[in-house]
Amino acid sequence: MLGMLGFDDLPHDPIMLGGALSIVGGGLAVIILITFLKKWTWLYREWLTSLDPKKIGVMYIIVALVMLLRGLGDAVMLRAHQALASGEAQGFLSSDHFQQVFTAHGTIMIFFVAMGLMFGLINLVLPLQLGARDVAFPFLNSVSFWLFFMGMALINVSLVVGEFAAAGWLSYPPLSGIEYSPGVGVDYWIWALQISGVGSLLSGINFIVTILKMRAPGMKLMDMPIFAWSVFGAMLLVIFAFPILTATLGMLSLDRLLGMHFFTSDMGGNPMMYINLIWAWGHPEVYILILPAFGIFSEIVATFARKKLFGYTSMVAAIMAIAFFSYVVWLHHFFTMGAGANVNAFFGITTMIIAIPTGVKVFNWLFTMYRGRVKFTSPMYWFLGFIVTFTIGGMTGMLHAVPAIDFQMHNSLFLVAHFHNMIIGGVVFGFMAGLTYWFPKIFGFTLHEGLGKAAAWCWIIGFVGAFGPLYILGIMGATRRLDHYDASLGWQGLFIVAGIGLMIMMLGAGLQALQLLVSIIQRKKNRDTTGDPWNGRTLEWSVPSPAPSYNFAITPVIRGRDAFWDMKHDKNYPKNKFEPFHLPKNSPFGLLIAFASFLMCFALIWHIWWLLIVGTLALLALLIVRFADEDTEILITKEVVAREQKGVV
Amino acid sequence: MPIIALLGVIGLMVFAAQGGTMQMIDTKGTIGDQQRDTLFLAVAIMLIIIVPVFFLAFFIPLRYREGNKKATYRPDWESSKLLEFIWWGVPIIIVGVLSVIVWQTSHSLDPYKPLASDRQQLKVQVVALQWRWLFLYPDYQVASIDELVIPINQPVEFTITSDAPMNSFWIPQLGGQIYAMSGMSTKLHLNARESGDYRGTSANLSGEGHADMNFTAKARSIDEFNAWVTSAKDSEQLTVELYEKLREPTRDPATSTYSLYDTTLYDSVINRYMGSEHGGGHH
Repeated sequence: MLGMLGFDDLPHDPIMLGGALSIVGGGLAVIILITFLKKWTWLYREWLTSLDPKKIGVMYIIVALVMLLRGLGDAVMLRAHQALASGEAQGFLSSDHFQQVFTAHGTIMIFFVAMGLMFGLINLVLPLQLGARDVAFPFLNSVSFWLFFMGMALINVSLVVGEFAAAGWLSYPPLSGIEYSPGVGVDYWIWALQISGVGSLLSGINFIVTILKMRAPGMKLMDMPIFAWSVFGAMLLVIFAFPILTATLGMLSLDRLLGMHFFTSDMGGNPMMYINLIWAWGHPEVYILILPAFGIFSEIVATFARKKLFGYTSMVAAIMAIAFFSYVVWLHHFFTMGAGANVNAFFGITTMIIAIPTGVKVFNWLFTMYRGRVKFTSPMYWFLGFIVTFTIGGMTGMLHAVPAIDFQMHNSLFLVAHFHNMIIGGVVFGFMAGLTYWFPKIFGFTLHEGLGKAAAWCWIIGFVGAFGPLYILGIMGATRRLDHYDASLGWQGLFIVAGIGLMIMMLGAGLQALQLLVSIIQRKKNRDTTGDPWNGRTLEWSVPSPAPSYNFAITPVIRGRDAFWDMKHDKNYPKNKFEPFHLPKNSPFGLLIAFASFLMCFALIWHIWWLLIVGTLALLALLIVRFADEDTEILITKEVVAREQKGVV
Repeated sequence: MPIIALLGVIGLMVFAAQGGTMQMIDTKGTIGDQQRDTLFLAVAIMLIIIVPVFFLAFFIPLRYREGNKKATYRPDWESSKLLEFIWWGVPIIIVGVLSVIVWQTSHSLDPYKPLASDRQQLKVQVVALQWRWLFLYPDYQVASIDELVIPINQPVEFTITSDAPMNSFWIPQLGGQIYAMSGMSTKLHLNARESGDYRGTSANLSGEGHADMNFTAKARSIDEFNAWVTSAKDSEQLTVELYEKLREPTRDPATSTYSLYDTTLYDSVINRYMGSEHGGGHH
């Protein structure tokens, strides 16, 4: 009846049981709270079925922040274990559990935190910046979000039912093959990534079309805010890279499920092919995350330096160059697999070429501040922290790009420190800055500045404390993913310092939670009544805060870059007249379609074949019903707008 | 206050780093030496750009802070051909220089390239098991588990495979690593300048016992090496049956030596994955 699923698959180990209880308990607490407050109808009408990209964006961000807490919790377990597991002491996690935790940490942080924050911010900001009322395909957007959500749900279900993968966040075969990983962990990993990956691909297409077709009249591509350009670069990467991920995971699941031999070591299979393919997706993925972060910093530095972004054309060229070159560097993730010197040298050099446009961006940011009037708000704290940490991470990345050096450093903790340097110092700092910057546009009040600055400092100091020791440990020859090590190596002290650094970062995260709470309590004091709290330059600041569901009552006309800055300084800036327009109606089908996919994946993981059939039929039925529905839009007239915004039309 | 905390964290880190050996810096083989020198050279070249960036990142915001009304304010100044030429140009030159280094060192330190020496190279075949390393010396008809004995100042050619998940064969103080993959053979050439015991490990996750994939590389004088070979020859013979036992997963850290008469053992380990006994694949 339940395939391979049985009572033995529920957790018994006390630590695992604790994890399971926290997931179940947390879920139950939320359900009870919503029921108690009688908010189910409100939640369903206003959020779960909403096709408003701003609401979808907020949901992405909420999921991502909750997952950030889980990912940080995993990190705390790993570091605490490693700080203890020296010599005879074996720490408090079993090897298998330790390996599940680091696999979950990597998978969650990349797919459900970084990607979630990115898609969330794009949803919040992109249509507003383009002067558009919506994304190109609002319903598809909802499907994307719910697929992302269900992927996240699958990973968390694995904590309660069964186990998670223990083969690392990219699950190299043959370790991830059925021979060495016979359990359901790798299957959970595969299907969680498959559904969220399809969601990402659909989002990529959606945002590309939005950029190409939905810009306000008069806005040329070279008039777009730089964040929109960075999204364009990132989404191009998404639509080229994610199909590779889908196909690769598909082949791995065929190996596991049907005994095929794409990536096995025997019967003509070749695991090296998997490693090539997964990095042909994996390297662009890094740039998918970092490009929007670059875009955010470009907006922030221009706004708070009160000056035009320096070298806009260079910035656009740099984004597109990075996007292109990110496709021809994937082999640098495995110089040590034994390719010849010519191949390694080629990929080493292409990797270094990426440093050129990246360096240009750094100088352009610095010179945006030159001859400006720099206001040190909390987004600027993140920005300055980013410049310093990211430059160090760039340098250590260049070291890895030299094959002769990489032969030593590959898979050492030096590598781990390097990529956290890019992902935390680059991506996370960028997204935190973006969240602070755009928060008032969505919620109507600004976040508490003092706590925001304190949090940024904690993250910066904690980052140095957590990853500085890892660089040193790497040089000492410490490899990644060790659940214990010999005491004579003298590593324990540095692992303890790394743990202290992590605690400081956790303190930063705690301060951010406090910041949110205090800001909500003090929201009347921090209300953004103008819609333009930072003296902004781009169109999102031209509408009231919080932005109305339709973004713009009147479609703006654009005549150049930094359109809103221009409008504020030129009384003769052209204006459109009001015309009635359509908005999409809410729809539960995104949620339902994703839930059917969830059932299918769960069935595939546990070999529950009847459920697979039910899920598939449900999915087909939902698609047919939705596509047959032609009444999906409502007309917004002058009266509707006048009710929400007095005096606009 | 934050600056003090930052300095405190850095101080703690430096203090904690006193306990261990910097294995990538304190190298004992010519390959490791050259890899370390390449590292230092690359860092030095990159400082040409890193130092000015840090300098600018500090002084520009300081000088053009909001409170400093004496500083020039030109809100529309958005491009300068000369400046942009400089910061496209300088990184291009630096990357150009580094590219030459990449090209040269990729060839000179290619792990497949035999080391130049007037002494004949020692051949060692390496098999990654779950979770220990098996070393075969076909020319000396001996074998060992988790203990690699090599003579100093003699080039060693490692031929590496795996009868387990993927591993990476790495002796940091002698030089860089290479993957060990089942059904395939990779190569690595290293040597040791000084006698000593050097830590060897697997840098790639290989399953539950991954943290136990360690061995000791013992670099010895040629006389000591010969004496070790002689004593190993008296050990238990490594037969196919015994090999099957060694294949079984274990986290036992014990080392052992064997005599080896079946010098085709390494090839038969690779052939296990060629699929012929399963009726297909390799022709």
